Amino acid sequence: MTFQTTWFLLIAVLWIGYFILEGFDFGVGALLPFVSRNEADRRAVLTTLGPVWDGNEVWLLVAGGATFAAFPEWYATLFSGFYLPLFLILVALIVRGVAFEYRSKYGKAQWRQRWDIAIVISSVLPALLWGVAFANIVRGVPIEKSAEGNLEYVGGFFNLLNPYALLGGVVTLTVFLTHGAIFLSLKTVGGIREQARAYALKIGLVAAVAAVSFLVWTNLMLPELNSTVLALSTVVALSWVAGLVATLKGREGWAFICSAVAIGTFVSDLFYALYPRVMPSSLGAQFDLTITNASSTEYTLKVMTVVAVIMTPLVLVYQGWTYWVFRKRVGASQILNPERGVLDTATHILHQ
Amino acid sequence: MNALDLARWQFAITTVYHFLFVPITIGMGFLVAGLQTAWYRTNKLKYLRATKFFGKLFLINFAIGVVTGIVQEFQFGMNWSSYSRFVGDVFGAPLAMEGLLAFFLESTFLGLWIFGWDRLPKKIHLATIWIASFGTLLSAYFILAANSWMQHPVAYRINPEKNRAELTSIVEVLTQKTAVVTFLHTIPSAAFAAGAFMAGISAYLIIRKKDVEMARPTLKMGLITIIVSFVAISITGDAIGKVMTEQQPMKMAAAEALYETTESAPFSLLTVGTLDGSRSVFQIDVPSVLSFLATGDFKATVQGVNDLQAQYEAMYGPGNYTPNIPLAYWSFRLMIGFGAIAFFLALFTLWRTRKGGELPKGRWFLPSMIALPFIPLLAISFGWIFTETARQPWAVFGLIKTEDGVSAVVSAGSVLFTMIVFTLLYGVLAFIEVGLTLKVIQNGPTTELDYENPQLGGSSDKPLVMSY
Repeated sequence: MTFQTTWFLLIAVLWIGYFILEGFDFGVGALLPFVSRNEADRRAVLTTLGPVWDGNEVWLLVAGGATFAAFPEWYATLFSGFYLPLFLILVALIVRGVAFEYRSKYGKAQWRQRWDIAIVISSVLPALLWGVAFANIVRGVPIEKSAEGNLEYVGGFFNLLNPYALLGGVVTLTVFLTHGAIFLSLKTVGGIREQARAYALKIGLVAAVAAVSFLVWTNLMLPELNSTVLALSTVVALSWVAGLVATLKGREGWAFICSAVAIGTFVSDLFYALYPRVMPSSLGAQFDLTITNASSTEYTLKVMTVVAVIMTPLVLVYQGWTYWVFRKRVGASQILNPERGVLDTATHILHQ
Repeated sequence: MNALDLARWQFAITTVYHFLFVPITIGMGFLVAGLQTAWYRTNKLKYLRATKFFGKLFLINFAIGVVTGIVQEFQFGMNWSSYSRFVGDVFGAPLAMEGLLAFFLESTFLGLWIFGWDRLPKKIHLATIWIASFGTLLSAYFILAANSWMQHPVAYRINPEKNRAELTSIVEVLTQKTAVVTFLHTIPSAAFAAGAFMAGISAYLIIRKKDVEMARPTLKMGLITIIVSFVAISITGDAIGKVMTEQQPMKMAAAEALYETTESAPFSLLTVGTLDGSRSVFQIDVPSVLSFLATGDFKATVQGVNDLQAQYEAMYGPGNYTPNIPLAYWSFRLMIGFGAIAFFLALFTLWRTRKGGELPKGRWFLPSMIALPFIPLLAISFGWIFTETARQPWAVFGLIKTEDGVSAVVSAGSVLFTMIVFTLLYGVLAFIEVGLTLKVIQNGPTTELDYENPQLGGSSDKPLVMSY
């Protein structure tokens, strides 16, 4: 296996990690007002994300950094080409992070309501846009050789809003909503858990329809039917259905594993369909960005491989440990003085 | 303005803004870890209150630092894609390492620290804040190594076919002198900013008679941090000056508005130049000091702007190789000036409060303590403005000019639009951030019975010590 293939795989792994982890963050954020009846509920919902959301988001930062290091041409063409969607994602991620950290710090109801709206919008937007972006990459976008000899994206913003890509957006949005609802049903008790389960089933069915249509479309779009892409698509569909069945039966742990597997396999499927291209051009295969023409030198890839091989397992261990430390379910009754902001008093600190 | 100018402004705005929060985050992480260690060792509740109080302020600040940092990583590809293509093979590596080694560590362990009060044994909980702080140091190291490579590219070869720089030794990039001295200058600066943040707030609490028992030791801690870090900043700043003279003589000449090559060059206290910035018309100088600062020898020759311009034209072809001299000259002086103001303010306050002495009573004192947290931030911002603008026209010194780095496919309208939105958004966030910070300070540390030692092993129905 060449180092270029290794890095293609590693970047796929980073995106898989990102979508599985921040995927449920997006879902939980978007469902915040819908699964909770009062302030205590809302704070319990957010507390399930509290210790982990930032670590989850780092998967994106590392995916971006790794793409820069391993495939600079891909990084440059993608980020300058998909300029406005990425900008919208950035704005959403900025607002979202601050909203999580600030909303419960202050006791005014209006303050919190505004942040809640911000959380919903800034969770829905990236959940939708990531699907649009990835579907466009798989479908191929207009890329041409510039006068300087670089492969540059030459389509505009609206070029990215084609039916296939929009369907991709609906898939990621509904899948992340379901994944988030399943996560909530796993991490909470009482009313929130019930509500979350109901949403997981309802939205999960919509997601199933959207995802299956998208995968069928993807398979048909390939120049010839590829048995591995087809097999992976089938695994996605089966594990998704298994996740819904597990939710229906109240087996929330299994449901979460299934939806995580479905998301991971879905991303693998798209990357497999791409390989060895990283950003195909719709204007002809000679303009495709591939793992060969987009990559860094073998030396850089080797250095980065050593770092990744040592660090990735370590990261998985300590991030996994965090989930273990905060494994207990959160209930609304555990939130003392929910109407008070953390800054109003510190009475949320334990009284015995 | 064209896309290039707008992209430069966007980089300047988003980077300076981001770096207002970074030094406080790095420095406060360690100071809060120190406070928690004091609590762990002594079991005194004043240290626990201090940990919680300054921990809250630290987190309010950290949140903005994190989210504005995402923009930094995406911005190279979005606005500077030609730069990214050219440098990616070298510059991408430290960035990716920063993510893998540092960002994961910081974010994960900070999450454990914030929510782990009743979930982790005391000792392990204490370790989480130290590990998160160590993560911020690692992060600083990698990003400063990347920046240092832009100041002084090493361990690369140019591939003419691909028109890019290619890495030949990662070790050299990470250990070159420029990276080491820059790190040793930046980290004490972060401590300096955090010390001023802590000292200013503690002084305010003492004056307002809020939890003086807690605020006295934190005032002292902040003041000593300022003083010690200022000494370190001065020593490493001097080292940077010498490295800079050797590697980027134009930057040193610009910092001094030294137009002509001079033996026993004077250090300029004030220079008024012609409007086009091509020569000076009035100067107040201290003889020979510049030669000493730049080389360690009072008699040495320091190259002037005009000679260097001619030399660079011969080396790199026709063009303007002179940075904006008034900007370099004044930002350099403002960096030093603001740093010195904070240092002397801290020294004076520490001297007055020695052996339990009262804070100065003058009317000027409270305003100066309120201003104190902002002074190092000004110094640091001017320092970066100096070091980045005085490298111009280069993005990577001698290899690629800034004007050649901008994205070819992004229109001026797109950059303008994103710049306006980022600026407005950042403005609103700053307003909210400062508002929340002031609210925490006004409430002061909690002195109720709340701080019973957090209990371990909270079951599902026990109240949470920390929730959103």
